[in-house]
Amino acid sequence: MRFGSIIKVALRALMRNTMRSILTALGIIIGVGAVIAMVSIGNGAKAQVEAQVASLGQNVITVFSGSMSSGGMRGGWGSSPSLTIEDAEAIEREVTGIVGVSPEVRDRNQVLANGLNWNTSVNGESPDYPDIRSWKIASGAMFSDQDVRSVAKVCVIGKTVADQLFANGDPVGQTLRIRNIPFKVLGVLDSKGFNLFGQDQDDAVLVPYTSHMKRLSRRSYISSILIQAASADVIDKVQKDITEVLTQRRKGREPDFTVRNQVELAQTATATTQTMTLLLAAIASVSLLVGGIGIMNIMLVSVTERTREIGIRLAIGAHGSDVLMQFLIEATILSSLGGVIGILLGIGSSQLVSHLNGWPVLVSTASVVIAFVFSAAVGMFFGFYPARKAAQLDPIDALRYE
Amino acid sequence: MPPVVKIEEIHKIYDSGEVPVHAVRGVTLEIERGDFVALMGASGSGKSTLMNLLGCLDRPTRGRYLLDGIDVSQLDRNALADIRNQKLGFVFQGFNLLARTTALENVELPMLYGARKFTTKQIRERAMHCLDIVGLSQRFDHFPSQLSGGQQQRVAIARALVNEPQVLLADEPTGNLDTRTSAEVMGVFQKLNDEGITIVMVTHELDIAHFCKRNLILRDGVMVRDEAVSNRSFAATELEKLSSAEAAAKLTGAKT
Repeated sequence: MRFGSIIKVALRALMRNTMRSILTALGIIIGVGAVIAMVSIGNGAKAQVEAQVASLGQNVITVFSGSMSSGGMRGGWGSSPSLTIEDAEAIEREVTGIVGVSPEVRDRNQVLANGLNWNTSVNGESPDYPDIRSWKIASGAMFSDQDVRSVAKVCVIGKTVADQLFANGDPVGQTLRIRNIPFKVLGVLDSKGFNLFGQDQDDAVLVPYTSHMKRLSRRSYISSILIQAASADVIDKVQKDITEVLTQRRKGREPDFTVRNQVELAQTATATTQTMTLLLAAIASVSLLVGGIGIMNIMLVSVTERTREIGIRLAIGAHGSDVLMQFLIEATILSSLGGVIGILLGIGSSQLVSHLNGWPVLVSTASVVIAFVFSAAVGMFFGFYPARKAAQLDPIDALRYE
Repeated sequence: MPPVVKIEEIHKIYDSGEVPVHAVRGVTLEIERGDFVALMGASGSGKSTLMNLLGCLDRPTRGRYLLDGIDVSQLDRNALADIRNQKLGFVFQGFNLLARTTALENVELPMLYGARKFTTKQIRERAMHCLDIVGLSQRFDHFPSQLSGGQQQRVAIARALVNEPQVLLADEPTGNLDTRTSAEVMGVFQKLNDEGITIVMVTHELDIAHFCKRNLILRDGVMVRDEAVSNRSFAATELEKLSSAEAAAKLTGAKT
């Protein structure tokens, strides 16, 4: 029998019991809808986390100093005064595939300007810092290498600091005081928002690391080194080389530093949402399974109801395979129509969730395609048994069936 | 020309139950082209079983069945389906039309199965032609539920004709019809037979059997009589008789 005729017959059979067809497809509709909504919400959360990780900068490797033990007390990473400017310079000099290095020194200070004051994080960095973090300067400019060498009293401030201390007027060119030392504001950073851990990244003042070490914190060591690799392909090699350079400089002493790259951080951060998405999708697919069983049930009823029709078709020359195809296609149409409606419902409900709760949602083409194919496959799988039952009917018995 | 149906010592034994049932016990039969045969017998005589065997719906336990020169006694399920589609036409007691399917689509159905490929236009034309033969081309778009019993049976006959079968098999075709409609349907069969179509029908009504050319009587799975019909009924005269009888009944009714 021709494919077009089979589809026509199947559609007619489904339309004959419109209500029953809708109720049968409902299992698939809900299943597919739930899967699409869950995956969309999960993908949205993942994309948000990834965007936050990306806001830390591209291909960034961080070297933390080791922990310090004193009298049995062990400090955390960064507590040991083990990283020096010389370490940073050695990395810059000896490791290839690096596009930027920034030694970091950080502490919190009360910052004064315009008769206002504000407690914020004061970070000693190198001029590479905005590039490493892919952070744009909104107005003015970053301090220069010359400023680093001359231990200049200059700074670049974050958006939050600018809002708090220079509410009315352009901060560029003005002066703020840290520990009573005047620093000239060279520029204002673009707003970057909150980071993964909920900290306001715009609440910071950047100064040359030399100025921080000599004028503010008076430390001879740095707490960490930020390094940007040229590309994601070389990040592992660069990380290995950094470890090697630093180990050599310590001449056999136990390593007192750790090297982390951003990919690891991203993986940790997205692992939770991924697990969650998988879990939700798994629960949702259970309802797909239940929907499939519903289809099998109704198809069995349909085969019994239409025993006489099957008998007529067999008597006038239909092969078993014709009857099999007819019922298989009917089940598949039922489930894939359910799939299409479910996809629309899933997209709709995830948009609604996004609208009501402000959650980010991301409907991926892959999830839509997979959901459709899967729903069609469910129909085929669960339709096979009833269809085979119909195909194996004896024409004489089927014709006699009342 | 060889006979269109040739059965040699055919047996059918059902052994699905506790006791094997020997439904057909060695029937030998030849039916020539253009014959019009009534198969008669009491219930349990094996006439339905023989009909199923003739219709290639079932396979004989023993014996040979040559249909149009082809030995069909041991063919498999799909091959039998093709034989039914190409060489046989079926008319049933209960009409067995597909509900919610128009008369035309019902007639088209056999052409959708089977090996011969037609274009949609050819299918439509042939189906319309067959509806025309049974005088229902005006009602091609009616559903079975909108047709009378006799009309439904005529649609079923059109469906049986559409693949130009060698033999038309009818199982109690008038069983569900009143006397007048029965005579009409038999008229259709006689007309087809006059055009050369071989017809075999099962009936238990003697007056219906008289419309045929040859009567076979089966008892306990054995053929007990095979005779030509001497005083054959013709649909036109029977219908006339019925009309005058009705008219007479009305006249009598009017007098009282």
